[in-house]
Amino acid sequence: MSDQQLTGAQIMCEALIREGVEVMFGIPGGAIMPFYFAMWDYRDRLRHVLCRHEQGAGHAAEGYARATGKVGVCIGTSGPGATNLVTAIADAMMDSTPLVAITGQVASSVLGKDAFQETDIAGITMPITKHNYLVKDIEDLPRVFKEAFHIAATGRPGPVLIDITKDAQQARMVPNWDVRLSLPGYRPTYQGNRKQIREALKLLLGAKKPLIMAGNGVIMSGAHSELRTLAERTGIPVITTLHGIGSFPEEHPLSIGMPGMHGWVHVNRAIQECDVLFNIGGRFDDRVTGKASTFAPNAKVIHVDIDPSEIGKNVKVTVPIVGDARNVMTAILEELPDKEGLADLHGNTNNWMEHIREMQSKHQHKQQYVARPDTPMYLPPHDVYAILTRILNERGSYRVVTDVGQHQMWAAQLLDWHRPRTHMTSGGAGTMGFAVPAAMGAAIACPDETVWAVCGDGGFQMTNQEIATIVQEGLKNVKIAVINNGYLGMVRQWQELFENKRYSGTPLSGPNFVKLAEAYGIKGIAVEHTSMVETAIQEAYDHDGPVLIDFRVEREVNVFPMVPQGKSIGDMITEAPIIEPANPNVSIVKNPEPEAV
Amino acid sequence: MCKHTIVALMEDQPGALSRAVNLFRRRGYNIASLSVGHTETPNVSRMTVVVESEDVEQVVKQLYRLIDVIKVSDVTEDPTVDREMALVKVQAGSKNRAEIATLAEIFDAKIVDVAANSMIIEMTGTPSKVENFIEVLRPFGIKEMMRTGRIAMVRGAHAHRAAQYAESNGHADEAVAALN
Repeated sequence: MSDQQLTGAQIMCEALIREGVEVMFGIPGGAIMPFYFAMWDYRDRLRHVLCRHEQGAGHAAEGYARATGKVGVCIGTSGPGATNLVTAIADAMMDSTPLVAITGQVASSVLGKDAFQETDIAGITMPITKHNYLVKDIEDLPRVFKEAFHIAATGRPGPVLIDITKDAQQARMVPNWDVRLSLPGYRPTYQGNRKQIREALKLLLGAKKPLIMAGNGVIMSGAHSELRTLAERTGIPVITTLHGIGSFPEEHPLSIGMPGMHGWVHVNRAIQECDVLFNIGGRFDDRVTGKASTFAPNAKVIHVDIDPSEIGKNVKVTVPIVGDARNVMTAILEELPDKEGLADLHGNTNNWMEHIREMQSKHQHKQQYVARPDTPMYLPPHDVYAILTRILNERGSYRVVTDVGQHQMWAAQLLDWHRPRTHMTSGGAGTMGFAVPAAMGAAIACPDETVWAVCGDGGFQMTNQEIATIVQEGLKNVKIAVINNGYLGMVRQWQELFENKRYSGTPLSGPNFVKLAEAYGIKGIAVEHTSMVETAIQEAYDHDGPVLIDFRVEREVNVFPMVPQGKSIGDMITEAPIIEPANPNVSIVKNPEPEAV
Repeated sequence: MCKHTIVALMEDQPGALSRAVNLFRRRGYNIASLSVGHTETPNVSRMTVVVESEDVEQVVKQLYRLIDVIKVSDVTEDPTVDREMALVKVQAGSKNRAEIATLAEIFDAKIVDVAANSMIIEMTGTPSKVENFIEVLRPFGIKEMMRTGRIAMVRGAHAHRAAQYAESNGHADEAVAALN
């Protein structure tokens, strides 16, 4: 075996198996055909999922990666196959998702000559990949694959693209697997600096109103149990950002919820009042900070991030710590004083928590949403979430993949999140069309769990063709909930609030989603009022196969609370949606004026 | 906006320079000059770039994010030897040939080509000296000119080398150290 000649394509397959890859999502085409030819012999070890569009393949690989923490793999051919992957690659870059994208390229003899299906994908993806390669020589394949997976998975994870010419796939050689990584410019810092960690601890111990903000880094480094220990030992309240959701159980008494544009009022107010903000593994995205110059004005900020360029980029930082969230948290726990030493801090955090809960009681929060009385033809979206979250909890382990828009914010706000990697969404890039294919990837990663794709009717229609893939792969554990309001709802909400209801380009028609589901060969259920929600969801669970539920919700409901773009998170539109079941025609916004809080 | 001189060592790989330049464009850093060439270490090239940016620390950190980039320093405040080279083709008939030759001598420049109506002058010096020389030549009529852009090296024994970093432990050591 060791001195056997292999084709470049066979080397690619061997390399993937060596990297622990079990499943790949892709679509073949001319320039990648040698790889598909070789793949056939490896089909018992490398599962290939044929997608219906390369964007779907990319998102599916992301969903797989986000559900497992492993590197997701997607494949496209040269030209349009490669450019169709671009959106998913950019999405993975923004959300630090480990991804390896493999693309075929025209033969090196015609490279640069505008050959059929030639596109400079390495050039195109340069700013949206962590790194990328163009391989023209079979000799480079073992090293490049090893490096690509190493780069994608370590440090701050991200997408790596490998573009391989057709002749490199077809050439033959005896592979040398004993290759060393040659990456002198890449050595991520994992251990936090002890001096800085002590500095941070000093700030935390002296704080009267400290907050922990947990981001994606906590989940990616697997630091949720350390986070929980730290919170419990210090009594410091924990905020979870959109991507931090699941890093800290929401039913925990120290969990206060999500910050930012659609965060809870009491959370944003707590940020504005806090004296020490300990951000671990979050990047102070503008959707979290609002107007950055007014963010947490009273706070000394401790920022832990594995990527030095994130520190000080958006928010001024008092104590920067470069390192892996889990390592840093472990080091902090080691340095933490005993119970007596923490007594003062506990006194402070108890008072602080009481204050936060008092603020919470005065403002809208998820507990205030309850299922409403039955009214024919009337379905507020909040009812869907209230009932869905109850059933999710009753039915046990679940994953929810959301798309982008109103339904995404409602899911983040209104569903209960207990465990890491159960909430997956497109955060940084905000890619509509993410949910269905990503749920497909997650469903392959977690065959024993129910994976819900929650999407709007806009995003759903961008990638719904992947239902065909779901059917072909027999993924019975995918359940799709379309929150169908006949609008690109989030844009419509902005138009309503800030553009005097000028609904330019937002009203949206769709096919009959139930019939569409049936055309794909899956079960479709239409839900038109609250009384039907429970039955539909239970039926989706009990049905042995993929299900689509078309929740035809009230059309013009808004997501509140809300911080208008560019405003301080202290300026929230706080009005709760007043839903009047007696009159289905009434729209719900009462007071769109920002109220200073 | 402040001008900063940044020296970066990077792997001599196809695409490395392109990635760096792409980064400057995408993050909105304006490049005043850029010069790249080989170094004492095989497969390592050295880039000297003069950028305009409000936040040079971000520039350095963003460069460090590139996998090909091995080491980055902002040498703006360091004592450095800065050099730039210019080739200037200046109009020079028999009337003012002698005068131009005298000026070239004053500026330590070399006349490398003489034709009936023109001369090419090679000039090496600090960017400001090159600038002055060009201004002095301008009245004679500059027919063609090119400049290499600044290259810079920090004075003294300390070396900005790749080799020692290949053995060191911690990518972006300097960026991390600066933060800590």
